[in-house]
Amino acid sequence: MSEDASAAPRYLERADFDRLLEALAARGYTVIGPRVEGGAIVYDELSTSAELPIGWGDEQEGGHYRLRRRGDAALFGYNLGPSAWKRHLHAPRVKLLEAARDADGRLRFERVPAPQPRRAFLGVRACELAAIGVQDRVLVDGAHVDPHYAARRESLFLVAVNCGQAAATCFCTSMETGPRVQGGHDLALTELLDASRHGFLVEAGSDAGAALLEALPTRAADAADIAAAGAAVANAAAGQVRQMAQAGIRDALYDRLEHPRWDEVASRCLSCANCTMVCPTCFCTTVEDVTDLSGEHAERWRRWDSCFTLDFTHLHGGPARTSAKSRYRQWLTHKLAGWHDQFGESGCVGCGRCITWCPVGIDITEEVAALRALPDPSANGAS
Amino acid sequence: MLPRVFTVAARHEETADTFTLELLAEDAADLAFAPGQFNMLYAFGRGESAISISGDAAEPQRLVHTIRAVGTVTRALAELAPGAQLGVRGPYGTAWPLAAARGRDVVFVAGGIGLAPLRPAILEVLAARRDYGRVVLLYGARTPGDVLYAAEIARWRARGDIEIHVTVDAAGSDWRGNVGVVTQLVRRAGFDAAHALAMLCGPEIMMRYTVVELGRAGMSPNDVHVSLERNMKCAIAFCGHCQYGPEFICRDGPVFPYDRVARWFDAREL
Ligand SMILES: Cc1cc2nc3c(=O)[nH]c(=O)nc-3n(C[C@H](O)[C@H](O)[C@H](O)COP(=O)(O)OP(=O)(O)OC[C@H]3O[C@@H](n4cnc5c(N)ncnc54)[C@H](O)[C@@H]3O)c2cc1C
Ligand code: SF4
Ligand code: SF4
Repeated sequence: MSEDASAAPRYLERADFDRLLEALAARGYTVIGPRVEGGAIVYDELSTSAELPIGWGDEQEGGHYRLRRRGDAALFGYNLGPSAWKRHLHAPRVKLLEAARDADGRLRFERVPAPQPRRAFLGVRACELAAIGVQDRVLVDGAHVDPHYAARRESLFLVAVNCGQAAATCFCTSMETGPRVQGGHDLALTELLDASRHGFLVEAGSDAGAALLEALPTRAADAADIAAAGAAVANAAAGQVRQMAQAGIRDALYDRLEHPRWDEVASRCLSCANCTMVCPTCFCTTVEDVTDLSGEHAERWRRWDSCFTLDFTHLHGGPARTSAKSRYRQWLTHKLAGWHDQFGESGCVGCGRCITWCPVGIDITEEVAALRALPDPSANGAS
Repeated sequence: MLPRVFTVAARHEETADTFTLELLAEDAADLAFAPGQFNMLYAFGRGESAISISGDAAEPQRLVHTIRAVGTVTRALAELAPGAQLGVRGPYGTAWPLAAARGRDVVFVAGGIGLAPLRPAILEVLAARRDYGRVVLLYGARTPGDVLYAAEIARWRARGDIEIHVTVDAAGSDWRGNVGVVTQLVRRAGFDAAHALAMLCGPEIMMRYTVVELGRAGMSPNDVHVSLERNMKCAIAFCGHCQYGPEFICRDGPVFPYDRVARWFDAREL
């Protein structure tokens, strides 16, 4: 990015917000952003700001989610819904290949081209931007590149939003992923809404973002705008009631593989896999092989999978992880410990979705605290 | 991710449920590999399975796999006759530490089908026999009928430069060999524990006890190498199924120095 791209924040009036959508559309982007559907915020195609969750906030707790009226006209006055951007990048179902077998039994394979939609994501929170980065490390930055993810990712334009409030389930400050966006975005918005105005502080995070920003009817942001934006983000940070201490977490978990808390949490966990489906970083998949009626054509599909299922570790002789305890332990230790070894960072961004969408309200921050409160009685020299 | 097309050139029955396929690439290109690596074999419409390469790395034009029919994919592979085709992608994973073994005694310990992934390593050691010290193969199978590569084992024995002990869990009165678990053979084998390197492949429980026995014999854990196995869907560290502690067995394994995975070896249901 060139030096001056992010240099000067701009101010965009709410009344001009649709110019942003129009500018994206004019550049060939399909805009995907938040809207209210079935009582929740979901990310879907948008064409005007009228389709945004205007005036909606969300109320979240362990096992609890409800939209509520804020009493204002904020566009981004909620925090997070159940479905992460993952759905649009690491798609739930992808056809990997086609195979044909002729009458003589000769095989032929065909690659399925990866669609490369030109899309803009609107309203990406700091934790979600971090989660996209985490999935990039898994799916494109390693020795192998997932062509389906890479194609969707490459053409992406990211409009981020700094949070002005936290949900009770948020803990991005612990994970150091938010509430202010920290990079990877093209544009970052901070919503400024008070008695005297409704607008957005807009900052460019890339050359593409800076170019788009130039095409919008903005004015230079003044000191009051910048101070108000800072206060909004500070409010989101101060409002976080959950924490998860990160120092030493990797070894603390590795040293507690036989901790009694695993049995305790397993007695509550339903192995429903909700937590893995809503988590923006969970990447595991399985494959399905199908043939048509003629038996001459076969397809191989990839779909999201979860380490909470018994089939996940099935090998001749049965599953490796039979108990609910072993599966919860795998999920949590992979996310918070193994990920550091594998990818040099945590697999958790602190979005709190797994807390909200767990039907029995199991809380990852509470489980970690309980595990760390006592050493593993069976381990030697536990930290 | 796209498999290559291979044709079955020959097929041998090894035991009641295990068979060996010799495969030739339709594109005639070699499939070069290092002993210990595996391929994903695709049976049309049924799916893929991770199968170690059991052939000779010095003959990369002929791909050899020994497969035990246990489920959907492996049973479909069992139906393939000469001339039939299948998909192959690979090779994947880490290799047996043959370079590090040069000049040292080498101890191979195999359980059941675990002899198949060790076979390319044994072939390479025997082909350059003078580069190694004493060579020992300890092999355990369920019954005499489950012993893999029986004719080849007899030929290896006849060379006189490899010490071989075979044991079975149970046998009739016509079996003249050992009965009992393979770990008991460690004590009998002639090798210099201080200068040996061991390569283990078999059920986890068998490897766990063998590591203990080798330790008792004086071997250091970082001279022991194990090949691990988990469900695998992609073999390129995307699907998440083969995770074992922080390791992706498909990428960081299947062959590991024991000390790298020792921390996980005793945990149950990992
Ligand atoms: C690195 C490596 C090397 C290997 N080398 C060899 C080798 O050289 N020779 C050899 O014979 N084997 C080898 N194996 C083992 C081999 O991969 C498995 O035996 C094989 O994949 C089984 O596949 P299948 O379709 O025949 O069996 P299935 O049991 O039918 O399994 C197929 C898949 O379907 C699913 N599935 C099937 N049944 C169930 C169920 N009841 N519940 C849940 N899920 C189910 C599982 O996800 C499974 O992955 C190796 C494995 C690894 C990881
Ligand atoms: S583990 Fe929970 S809090 Fe962490 S990123 Fe996943 S869903 Fe969000
Ligand atoms: S922790 Fe909660 S969401 Fe996750 S599998 Fe268990 S019951 Fe389901």
